[in-house]
Amino acid sequence: MRVLILAKESKQSEAGTPPTAEAMAEYQKFNGELVKAGVVVASGRLSPSSQGKRVQFDGKKRTVIDGPFAESKELVAGYWLWEVRSLAEALEWLKRAPYDGGTFEVREVAMHEGV
Amino acid sequence: MTAGRSKSARSRCTRACERTRTVIPRPDAAPEDPDRSERAARDAHRAIEAIWRIESARLIAGLARLVGDIGTAEELAQDALVAALEQWPTAGVPEKPGPWLMATARHRATDLIRRRRTLERKYEELGRDVARDQDGAASEPSTEDDFGDDILGLMFMACHPVLSKDARVALTLRVLGGLTTDEIARAFLVPVSTIAQRIVRAKRTLAETHVRFEVPSGPGRAARLASVLEVIYLIFNEGYSATEGEDWVRPALCEDAIRLGRILAELTPDESEVHALVALMELHASRLRARVGPSGEPILLLDQDRATWDRLLIGRGLAALERAERLGGAMGPYALQAAIAACHARATTAAETDWPRISALYDALAQLVPSPVVELNRAVAVGMAFGPQAGLDVVDALVSEPSLKAYHLLPAVRADLLRKLGRLDEARAEFERAALLTENTRERELLRRRAAECAAERMSG
Repeated sequence: MRVLILAKESKQSEAGTPPTAEAMAEYQKFNGELVKAGVVVASGRLSPSSQGKRVQFDGKKRTVIDGPFAESKELVAGYWLWEVRSLAEALEWLKRAPYDGGTFEVREVAMHEGV
Repeated sequence: MTAGRSKSARSRCTRACERTRTVIPRPDAAPEDPDRSERAARDAHRAIEAIWRIESARLIAGLARLVGDIGTAEELAQDALVAALEQWPTAGVPEKPGPWLMATARHRATDLIRRRRTLERKYEELGRDVARDQDGAASEPSTEDDFGDDILGLMFMACHPVLSKDARVALTLRVLGGLTTDEIARAFLVPVSTIAQRIVRAKRTLAETHVRFEVPSGPGRAARLASVLEVIYLIFNEGYSATEGEDWVRPALCEDAIRLGRILAELTPDESEVHALVALMELHASRLRARVGPSGEPILLLDQDRATWDRLLIGRGLAALERAERLGGAMGPYALQAAIAACHARATTAAETDWPRISALYDALAQLVPSPVVELNRAVAVGMAFGPQAGLDVVDALVSEPSLKAYHLLPAVRADLLRKLGRLDEARAEFERAALLTENTRERELLRRRAAECAAERMSG
C-alpha cells in the first residue's frame, strides 16, 4: 500500500531556515535506509507558506489567497510517499526517524488501492 | 543436514509461527480495565509484526552468513521473534529493535555452533569457518554495508539455480519478503502445506548440495544474477496477470516484487539489467489500476483509460530504464522489454503508440531470447505497425508450435487479427478456443464477450 507522510510545521521550516548540517546528515542517513529497503517512492521539503497560495472554491467563485497562512495551527512542511505492506510498517519506520520535535501524519493513499 | 535436525527445525519454526498468530501477550494492567490492556497487547503485537517485516530479511541474512545455511538462520531468527513476543509486550519495545533481535539470535547461534562443533564431526569444516566469522562478528555488530552484502548473499542463495522455480519463489518471499507461509499460499492460491513443503525441501536441497552463502563474482555471477531477476519477475507476473483463480491481478504480489527489485538495485547499482527489471515492473505496475474494470473484469492495454495510469511509477520506470541504458545495457532482455513498456507509457493515447519502434524492439528481443511467447508478442506489434495480415503471417507460423498448444493467448491473438481482417467466423471460433484454454475466470469472460461481439458483427455486417 502507498502511504503519505505529512511533516507538520515547525517554526524553523516556516522561517525558511535550512536545517543544520548535522540534522541534514542524520535525515539523509535515515532516508537512505528507507530507499535501500525499497520503501520511498517520492519525497520533498516545502518552502515556507509565505511563498504559498491557497485557492478557495465557493460555487463558481475561486479566490486566490496569498501566504503565509498564519491562522493555521499546523502547516505541512514536507512529505514522503512510501510503499509499505501495512500501516503498522509505516509507523515502525517513522518511529525511527531522527527528529526530536514536530508531528508527522501517516495517511493511506486510498485511490492506489482501487485495483 | 540430518533428518533429525531438519525435523527439529520444522517444529521450532511451527511453534514460532503459532505464537505469532495466536498468543495475545497480556501486560500487567489494572484488572478493572481489560479493554485497555487487550488493546495495548494488540498494539504491541501489531508493532512486533511490523518490526519483523522490516528486520527479518536482514536478520536471516546476517545469521545465514554466520551459520552457513538458511534453514538454521531462519530457525534462529524465529527464536528471537518468540523471545520478542514474550518480552516486549510487558517490557516495552526496545529503542533499537533490529539490533536487539540480532543480538538475541546471535547469542543462540553461538550456542548452537558450539554444540554443533562438539557433537558433529562432519560439521568440523563448517565449524572452523563459523568460528572464524564468529570471532569477528559476534563481538562487533555488522555495519550498514555488511547488511547489504548479507542481503545480497541471501538473495543469491534463495534464488540458487539448484532449486526449482517454485521453490526459489516461495523461499525468496519467505526469507527476503518477510511473508508468512500462509500469506505465500494465499497469494499463489495453493494449500499452505504445499508452500511449507516447498520451503522445507528447498532448504534441505541447499544444505545437501552445499550451496555456499556468498555474493558470486567472476564468470558465474551473470547466471546467478539472472536467476535472481527471474524469480523477482515471476513473483511480479503472478501478481500482474494471475494465471489462475478469480482475480485478474493481485497487486500486493507486484508490490512485493518491485520492492525486492528496488532493494537489489540499491545493492547492485552497476548492474544494468537490475535497473531494467525495476523499470519494466514499475512501467507495468503503472497500469495496474487501469487494467481492471469496476466489476473486476480485465481491461486490455489499448482500451485502458490512460488518465488513470500512475504517473509517478511511469516517471520512476523511465528513469530506471535510462539508468540501465546509461550503464550500457540497452540491449539486455529486461531493458528491451522495459523499452517496449516505455513506448506505451509515453503514448498519451493508444493511437499515438509508436508501433514500428515496438515491432523493432521485439525483433531485437526475439533474436536475443528466441521464444514462441516473444514471437507471439512480436506478431501483435507487427500487426499494429504493418497491418493485420503481416501480424497473422507471424502468428500462423506459430500454430504448430508444441509449447503453445495450450497457451490461450495464441488463439486470442490470432482471433484479434482475424477479426480485423473481417474473417469473423474464424475469429469467433478462435476466441472461443482461447476462452476454453485460459484458467483465469475473468479472462475467460472477456474472451467469451469478444467471441459474442464477432458473432454480432457478422449478423449486422
